[in-house]
Amino acid sequence: MSTAVADKKPAAAEVIPTFNVTLRIRRFDPEVDEEPRWEDFDLEVFATDRVLDALHKIKWEVDGSLTFRRSCAHGICGSDAMRINSRNRLACKTLIKDLDITKPITVEAIKGLPLEKDLIVDMEPFFDSFKEVNPFLMAGPVKGGKERKQSPVERARFDDTTKCILCAACTSSCPVFWTDGQYFGPAAIVNAHRFIFDSRDEGAGVRLDILNDKEGVWRCRTTFNCTDACPRGIQVTQAIAEVKQAIIKGHA
Amino acid sequence: MPEKSASNLVAEPKSPSKIRSPKRPAGTLYRGNEGMWSWVLHRITGVAIYFFLLVHILDTALVRVSPEAYNQVIETYKTPVMGLGEIALVAAIAFHAFNGLRIILIDFWAFGAKHQRAMFWVVIGLWLILLAGFIPRQLMHVFGG
Repeated sequence: MSTAVADKKPAAAEVIPTFNVTLRIRRFDPEVDEEPRWEDFDLEVFATDRVLDALHKIKWEVDGSLTFRRSCAHGICGSDAMRINSRNRLACKTLIKDLDITKPITVEAIKGLPLEKDLIVDMEPFFDSFKEVNPFLMAGPVKGGKERKQSPVERARFDDTTKCILCAACTSSCPVFWTDGQYFGPAAIVNAHRFIFDSRDEGAGVRLDILNDKEGVWRCRTTFNCTDACPRGIQVTQAIAEVKQAIIKGHA
Repeated sequence: MPEKSASNLVAEPKSPSKIRSPKRPAGTLYRGNEGMWSWVLHRITGVAIYFFLLVHILDTALVRVSPEAYNQVIETYKTPVMGLGEIALVAAIAFHAFNGLRIILIDFWAFGAKHQRAMFWVVIGLWLILLAGFIPRQLMHVFGG
C-alpha cells in the first residue's frame, strides 16, 4: 500500500496540469489615466498557482508596469488584499483553480481607500483608525514585579481577534466604510476587541468610550461582508456585536 | 470620497491597451452574501416606508383642513393600482419588521451573529407565509368587486 503511493507520487509531481485563464485587471496610472481602465491578460497557469503567481507572471513576463503590494506571499503579512471576482481576498491565498476559470477573473484594488496605482491604495486612513483605538496593552505596574497571570479560559476569550493581520480586507468590504470614510471600520474594532476582553488590560473603559460614537461600533449595519472577507476566519461581526454589548453593560 | 472610481460600473478605457480592452466588464458590484443583501433590502424598504408614512400623515392631516378633499383622496386609494401598491407596502413592512428582529438578535443575542444566515432564511420564510396569506385576500378585495 505504502509503496503504491510512493510509486505514484513522482509521476503526479512531474505533470502539473496547466490551463488558460484571462485576468481582467483594473489598471490606473495616475500620471497617464484620468480614470481607471480594464486590461485583459491571457495566461497559462498551473493548477497549483494562486492569483498572486499569475500577477507575478504578468509583471515579470508581460507588463512590468503592473503595480501591486505583496511581501511574504504566505497569508501572514497582509499586504496583498484585493478584490478578486468582486470579493475581497488575499491574492496569495486564492488558488486560481478554485475560481470560475471559464470567465475572466477580475482583479481590482480594495474599495473605499484612495486609489494610488493599479492595485495599490493609500492605507493611511485605515491605519489611522487602527491607531485611534489604542491597540496596545494598557496596564500599570504589577505588584512585586512578577508576570501578569492569565488562565487559558481568560486567554480564549479574545483568541479569535488576535489573528488579525491588518490586511484591510474586512474594512474595505464594508458598505458603510465605502460611503462614510469616518467610520472606524471592522479592523480597528477587532483590534480594540483584542484588548478590551484581555484580562491583563486595564484600558477597556477608554476604548469603549472611543468606540461608543456615531462613527464607532454603532455604524455597523451587520452586513457580514467583513466576516466573509476575513482571510484569517475571524468572526468580525460577532466581535463588533460583543463590543456593542460591552458598551451597553458598561464593562467588558 | 477621493476615489472617483468608487462607482460600481467603471469607465471605458481611454486608449487601446497592449493586449485588448474589454468594452465594459460585467459588474464589479461587491459580491456579498445574505447579510449584505438583507441590509440592502432593509435600507430600500426602510426608505420606501418612510415616504409612505410622509404621504400617510399628510393625507390624514387633510381631514382637519377639508373633509371633502379627504374623502376624495381616500376614494382614489380604492383604485386597483393603489390596491396593488398596498401589496407592495405590506411586503415592504413585513420584510422590514422581520429583518429588524433578526438584526436585534444579531446585536443582543450571544449566538445571533453565528446564526445570522439561518435567521435570514427564517425571515424570508415568515415573510412568504405572511404574503401567501395576504396577497390572495387582497387581490379578491381589489378585483373581486
